[in-house]
Amino acid sequence: MLVDFFLHLKARQLPVSTKELLALLAALEARLVGHSVDDFHLLARTILVKDEALYDRYDRAFGEFFKGIEALPGLDALIPEDWLRLAAQRHLSEEDRAKLEKLGYEKLFEEFKKRLAEQKERHAGGSKWIGTGGTSPYGHGGYHPEGIRIGGDSAGNRTAVKVWEKREYRNLDDGVELGVRNIKVALRRLRRFARQGAETELDLDGTIAGTARNAGWLDLKLRPERHNAIKILLLLDIGGSMDDHIRACEELFSAARAEFKHLEHFYFHNCVYESVWRDNRRRHDERRSTWDLIHTYGPDYKLVFVGDAYMSPYEIARPGGSVEHWNEEPGSLWLERMTATWPRAVWLNPMPEAHWQYSPSIHMLKQLLSDRMFPLTLDGLERAMTSLSR
Amino acid sequence: MKFEGTDTYVTTRDLTLAVNAAVTLERPLLIKGEPGTGKTLLAEEVARALGMPLFQWHIKSTTKAQQGLYEYDAVSRLRDSQLGDPRVEDIAHYIVHGVLWQAFECETPAVVLIDEIDKADIEFPNDLLRELDRMEFHCYELHRTVKARHRPLIIITSNNEKELPDAFLRRCFFHYIRFPDKETMTRIVNVHFPGLKRELLKEALAVFFDLREVPGLKKKPSTSELIDWLKLLLAEDIPPEALRAKEAKDAIPPLHGALLKNEQDVHLFERLAFMARRKS
Repeated sequence: MLVDFFLHLKARQLPVSTKELLALLAALEARLVGHSVDDFHLLARTILVKDEALYDRYDRAFGEFFKGIEALPGLDALIPEDWLRLAAQRHLSEEDRAKLEKLGYEKLFEEFKKRLAEQKERHAGGSKWIGTGGTSPYGHGGYHPEGIRIGGDSAGNRTAVKVWEKREYRNLDDGVELGVRNIKVALRRLRRFARQGAETELDLDGTIAGTARNAGWLDLKLRPERHNAIKILLLLDIGGSMDDHIRACEELFSAARAEFKHLEHFYFHNCVYESVWRDNRRRHDERRSTWDLIHTYGPDYKLVFVGDAYMSPYEIARPGGSVEHWNEEPGSLWLERMTATWPRAVWLNPMPEAHWQYSPSIHMLKQLLSDRMFPLTLDGLERAMTSLSR
Repeated sequence: MKFEGTDTYVTTRDLTLAVNAAVTLERPLLIKGEPGTGKTLLAEEVARALGMPLFQWHIKSTTKAQQGLYEYDAVSRLRDSQLGDPRVEDIAHYIVHGVLWQAFECETPAVVLIDEIDKADIEFPNDLLRELDRMEFHCYELHRTVKARHRPLIIITSNNEKELPDAFLRRCFFHYIRFPDKETMTRIVNVHFPGLKRELLKEALAVFFDLREVPGLKKKPSTSELIDWLKLLLAEDIPPEALRAKEAKDAIPPLHGALLKNEQDVHLFERLAFMARRKS
């Protein structure tokens, strides 16, 4: 059975290995846990899952796999008879009670269980239908499971059985959310290239160790100088359609600020033209010419655009296409100039990648950047950083 | 030998299970979680509860894996040779034992804490693979292999600043300490302040959990900060009524410096409080 479970996890794209399965079996053999699905759920998680970002995926896979198991006769008894008895008494009308006397408890229980099972099915899509919710257990006239729950005072093991259905770890899943910390981890990829160039610096520790090993003969060791090789020029699209993505951009920006010593940032609207600005409140009087930018920040900088690239194609292709002013030269020309200076420039797009194909402007910009446009997700950032550091 | 939490450390079922799995199967246990949820404390409490000696290895950005095994103090040897010290003949005098060596040679089973492993260089975990797996390493200077007498219980903490390599993760058990819910938090506080008035605790916890819900906080207050704050509240003898934010004139909790560690967070909170006041 565990092999099936293991393969099921694997099929749900959890990175589990045989070694870990063996460890789990060893743990079971050592009788670490009793006969409780809860404990097994926790134990298997401890041993098989190595990242809290995968907890949610694991919980879902576990739920899927053990859904059938719960229906096994042994586990059925988790709903104690006396709960049902109590609940039945509370829920039934006089009439039903009269009927009950005729039918006897046995039959009623069967009915009850059946309904309960039905309820459970319907609730499976939601979460925590038993145990946690329920401000008013009597509110639902029918045989609502929450009514059952108040039937028995000791919620006990029943409340916890479905712990994996609560999906408490949902917000740790890295496919979904992009936190500052995650971005920082992704940006750190660029850091690896810190020691570059010729060997120019005296490695004092190495020299001492080498000299001592050499029995006192001086053995000079040199190493490449450490310098902050990474300088970032960040150009951010601001206003208009970018308002939807402000949060993601803010997070990216604050992470980048903390990660790179040499970070210069400027703003543009929709597409880059002859000038950009640094302070968005004074965008009209404190502009900086793009030529200036190209000359000031040479090719040792790495250029990163952030923008949704969502605009009218004219804004890229035609002189005068800009929505804000009359531009003498088309945006595409400016982009070509910039990619000539920074040939590895990347564009980060906060729009989901699946939507790109519907916008011609995104397509055009992607071509201008020779396909180096990446979505603003963790995965996209990693790809962008790899592309930048090549 | 089972770990069940201690009188000063409240554990949840999943955490005890993870620790016991690591103890029984003799595998390293990797602990992650928000700062201030008691990751480092866990090792100390496990050592205390199981009556084992604790060896601590705090990792910095410059720490090398080799330092945990041993270091050859070449400089001392060079100096001794210049001074004609007879000790220089034996290289063993200049081998400084690291934390893992000490734990391996320990007479009794021990607990080793490798604290904040993510601070180290990206290759650091990879350099420890064999040592953690086989619990042995080779000392080249002495031509001998140091082997663990008893496999120590290794507890590793991480703050998630770097991704750990897969090969390393495969060898560990993993547990993520979730932020405690209200019930667990009440237990934790009771352990630290047994005489705390119910009223005050209730109000304080309400304020604390509300604060954690404030959207956009840069750093959410954690368990250890709650404990500090309660300490202050007690020292200043703040009455529980003062914490009832909704009626109070200013909605900023007293002594908030213990909870909010960031200027921007305090500003954000002040702004929200101001808006709430204006609404009412």
